[in-house]
Amino acid sequence: MSQLTNEQIRVALIDQFGDIFTEWSEPFGMLTFAAPKDLNLKVLQFLYDQESLSFRFMTDLQAVHYPDRTGEELCVVYHLHNLRDNVRIRFKVYTDIQKPDVFSATALFATANFMERETYDFFGVNFVGHPNLIRVLNVDEMDYFPLRKEFPLEDQTRVDKDDEMFGR
Amino acid sequence: MSEDILLPEGAGEKQTTILNLGPTHPATHGVFQNILELDGERILKATSTVGYIHRAFEKIAERRPLYQITPLTDRLNYCSSPINNMGWHLTCEKLLGVQTPKRVDYLRVIIMELARIADHLICNSIVGVDSGAYSGFLYLMQYRELIYEIYEEVCGSRLTTNIGRIGGFERNFTNTAFEKLEKFLKEYPAQLTEFEKLFKRNRIFMERTIGCGPISAERALNYGFTGPNLRAAGVDYDVRVHAPYSSYQDFDFIIPVGTTGDCYDRFLVRQQEMWQSLSIITQAYKKVQEFKGQEAEVYHADTPAYYLPEKKDVYTKMEALIWHFKIIMGETAIPPGELYHSVEGANGELGFYLISDGGRTPYRLHFRRPCFIYYQAFPELVEGGLLSDAIITMSSLNLIAGELDA
Repeated sequence: MSQLTNEQIRVALIDQFGDIFTEWSEPFGMLTFAAPKDLNLKVLQFLYDQESLSFRFMTDLQAVHYPDRTGEELCVVYHLHNLRDNVRIRFKVYTDIQKPDVFSATALFATANFMERETYDFFGVNFVGHPNLIRVLNVDEMDYFPLRKEFPLEDQTRVDKDDEMFGR
Repeated sequence: MSEDILLPEGAGEKQTTILNLGPTHPATHGVFQNILELDGERILKATSTVGYIHRAFEKIAERRPLYQITPLTDRLNYCSSPINNMGWHLTCEKLLGVQTPKRVDYLRVIIMELARIADHLICNSIVGVDSGAYSGFLYLMQYRELIYEIYEEVCGSRLTTNIGRIGGFERNFTNTAFEKLEKFLKEYPAQLTEFEKLFKRNRIFMERTIGCGPISAERALNYGFTGPNLRAAGVDYDVRVHAPYSSYQDFDFIIPVGTTGDCYDRFLVRQQEMWQSLSIITQAYKKVQEFKGQEAEVYHADTPAYYLPEKKDVYTKMEALIWHFKIIMGETAIPPGELYHSVEGANGELGFYLISDGGRTPYRLHFRRPCFIYYQAFPELVEGGLLSDAIITMSSLNLIAGELDA
């Protein structure tokens, strides 16, 4: 059996969807590309169903915040794995931070459940269609999304805190 | 039921009990909660809650230079910290383009496989404890102690090891370390055989674990299972083979697989993996001994920009002091890049997704924590079973709270 190459994946995707993809790259050998966010499920489904591709294992799902990219501040990153040919790919969708709606992949991958909850918890990405989109690691009362870049970590040199317990 | 017993309407549905299993229940081995709805002893519904010890590692990592992130990785799966540390160092090396010498790779393999044994022996003996057989745990524990002594000899600490550096180890293995390793290789097989005799064909243990918390291969893949839990379901996926790191391709070992994915299969897979790890350690130790002369002294790559200089040089040599300062303060350049690197952790694929924008700290770092991912299958595994099965299922999944919450 011939090994699935990045080029074959690229051609298969372009044949199916046309020229909708952006940011093709191969950092450290892993094929990386982005698609419009409305099509994320269609692309994931195609990658899953197509016998020659069969990306049926979701390794990871998380988000990245780019405050400088106006209109596409949040990036949801999927890491998919074809276990048969042992090929990994990275698939990204960008979304506006004002309206961070992205379709949920839970129907396709049961594993996306907690991962999407975590991503919602830390970045506020609203996964449309998720069965139970509530915070998973932070407290339920929290009203902000802590991994966004506008929340800096505490200044390590601050002196106004006199905490006997921790001896600052 | 005879017809003359009349229950009030709806009483049949209401006769359930809500039980909180955790967050501080002794049988949960960590801080996580399960709200179980029980009909007698049978579980109708399980709802799991995590996050009691969440420590925001990903946020903290965004301000730390590479070396200061290593201690964070210790605290993920703290039963096998060295694997996490080395996974992180390997990720850094991939980003920085550091080539490690073969001897370093083999020494790393020795430590990582020792960590795998330490993790599996805890998990398997705890399955024994939770099913009512305490003694196996006490016997095997001596050998975890010996493994911890080896860590101590190499890096100075035991549980949260912070072992190694980018490019290698902080110091060469001492003779005592190798002596202890030899002692371990000599004595552990007998102990493990004895442990197996106690459990493997033990009728009580088999009755308790066969068919308990099973999962099919399809569901396990869909749930993102990795590591021994996936292999127990019959899928031979192992990062050591599929994406070899640290020269794992030089070793000869098999990937044990189960068939039903129940607690007994998970137990057997872990047991077999310990034997395989022992064989890998033996092979690696043999390869290490084959290095002669100058080569036998190599314990790190030659990358002064990222490898911390030896402390005695820092005190006496200008060059070393400068590098030490630059590395500690995060002033050495980190190239921009985006990468995902994973290692076969003791309970699954431990992945690091690192985005660097060329600054002194990562722009974004995400840990793929296997525990967090397979814990979501827990309700599916236990629903319909008995309460006591839920407890064994939990321990045989090898859930580590530190990794769950990150």
